[in-house]
Amino acid sequence: MNIDRRSFIKLAALGLFAMAAKPALDLISRPSAARALDGPFAGKRLAMAVDLSACTAGDGCVDCIAACHSVHNVPNIGNIKEEIKWLWEVDYKQAFPDQENGFAREPLQDSRVLVLCNHCDNPPCVKVCPTQATWKRDDGIVMMDYHRCIGCRYCMAACPYGSRSFNWRDPRPYIQTIEESYPTRTRGVVEKCNFCEERLSDGLQPACVEACSKGALKFGDLKPGTELYELISSQFNLRRKTELGTRPQVYYLL
Amino acid sequence: MIESIFRGGKRYWLLISGLILLMAAGLAAYLEQWNIGLAVTGLSRDVSWGLYLANFTFFVGVAASAVMIVIPYYLHNSKEFRRILILGEFMAVTACLLAITFILVDLGQPARVFNIILYPTPGSVIFWDVVVLSVYLLLNMVLGWVALDAEYKETAPPAWLKPVAIVSVVWAISIHTVTAFIYAGLAARSFWLTALLAPRFLASAFASGPALLILIALGMKKWGGFDPGDQSLDKVAKIVAYAVIITLFFLLLEIFTVFYSQEPDAMAHFQYLLFGLDNHYGLVPWIWTSITLACAAIILLVIPSMRKNQLILALACAAVFISIWIDKGLGLIVPGFIPSPLGDITEYTPTLLETLITIGVWSMGGLILTLLLKVVLGVRQGQR
Repeated sequence: MNIDRRSFIKLAALGLFAMAAKPALDLISRPSAARALDGPFAGKRLAMAVDLSACTAGDGCVDCIAACHSVHNVPNIGNIKEEIKWLWEVDYKQAFPDQENGFAREPLQDSRVLVLCNHCDNPPCVKVCPTQATWKRDDGIVMMDYHRCIGCRYCMAACPYGSRSFNWRDPRPYIQTIEESYPTRTRGVVEKCNFCEERLSDGLQPACVEACSKGALKFGDLKPGTELYELISSQFNLRRKTELGTRPQVYYLL
Repeated sequence: MIESIFRGGKRYWLLISGLILLMAAGLAAYLEQWNIGLAVTGLSRDVSWGLYLANFTFFVGVAASAVMIVIPYYLHNSKEFRRILILGEFMAVTACLLAITFILVDLGQPARVFNIILYPTPGSVIFWDVVVLSVYLLLNMVLGWVALDAEYKETAPPAWLKPVAIVSVVWAISIHTVTAFIYAGLAARSFWLTALLAPRFLASAFASGPALLILIALGMKKWGGFDPGDQSLDKVAKIVAYAVIITLFFLLLEIFTVFYSQEPDAMAHFQYLLFGLDNHYGLVPWIWTSITLACAAIILLVIPSMRKNQLILALACAAVFISIWIDKGLGLIVPGFIPSPLGDITEYTPTLLETLITIGVWSMGGLILTLLLKVVLGVRQGQR
């Protein structure tokens, strides 16, 4: 068989192109993980309910926050600009800026509200990440890969809830007691609440739910028949900034 | 061809050593950032992008603006642009490199940057920005270098250069549109959530880039014995005038929609930028400086007798350049984060280290452009 240099190069280029085409096609045609939601959930969908009438965050209770931050090695940098937080409390009007009831008599308006990652069903942070370092699991948990994150902070800009923190410096010196069962982070990566996926796989409830002595936090699968589903479907509840189409999965019971 | 970068007068070497000195200072500051982390910057949990991203956005604009020379020359056959065409292309090359460098220094884990290529994510606008910026850099390197090489050999540039130039026109629009999409696609940040962002970016790019081009051309005329041609400069000045007017008009459009509709969240960001919010006035003096400079530049540029005076032209172009740098730099990035999604106001002031790193990157651009233009001068002077 006679092959001159020119046709060899042509064939080689064609071969390379064919090799690249398959992964490229796979990439484009990857099935979308999104499902039709809002309404009864089909399949496994993890979610959380915060009962605002039972929660005593306004009275100085920080049991859930302390538990969360200690099991996940969340540092206490002591500087508001570099703060790292997975679960924290804010004023009612900060959590729900659109729920302005001009003459509401109930003490709700002055209450404090626990906030965390909403594990959105349509998470804007996942969409923008250029390295898939943050992604949505089939059960709905929005995950973070601290080893793949390049620290571009695009997800922080995209999150409408301010749920993401960045490690502006090495966090390890600022962790009081290192919890060996969960990794510490390096500087330059983003982190946030993970719905305690490491505890769930051991059959445990999330640390915050377990730590709450008031029973204000409920966690579970959101499908007809479960306790969580009955609670959410029978009681008036709010979710944060639903108008943005993110379909948040933390439900605030009133 | 490149040997001319080693030959130069006292002024040339002074410029080169000054730029290298500033680069060294920037590098030293960057080493500190590399060791400690982005905590050395003024950035925070609430304002997570700042000076670096501001400069990135600005330089993508400068890079895109080369089309304002490429279009008239290649598509409208305006021969008077021949002498400055290469300045536009080399300016685009430099600006592309600067934009990429500013993204790099902004990363928390710069060593992992290739994850963008290793795990390509077509759903992320940053992925597309990396793709279009790299290709645009390549296109302009080819366009500039091949044309210069032809000039050096005193032959006509190859015929395939024109199709490449046409591709680069489309590509220039794409780099700035994609860069606008980084911001304009975020439902979380109402300040950027406007379809007008891409046109605004393009308009301000076509003001700032050509303004810089005029400044460079005038500088090379005064100190490098380079003749850009008065006629071509006047045409570029007109382009700058139109573009600044459109930029200002677009800003007014945003302001009308936001303040007339009274939509609270959208209004809060513009209030912070223009008038201050809850006793926080961080950007107010900056943005009014920017608006004032733009207005002054418009007056100087639309009056023909003023515009044709090259000293006034230089002043007007400097005003445009500074005005746009503020407007689409800090004025664009920071108000997106203030107030935060939870309504908090955390102000942002760049730190000294952050500023030094930024100056270092600018100086790197200055050095690259100086060397490229020195080659151009060498080739042109060799012809005489």
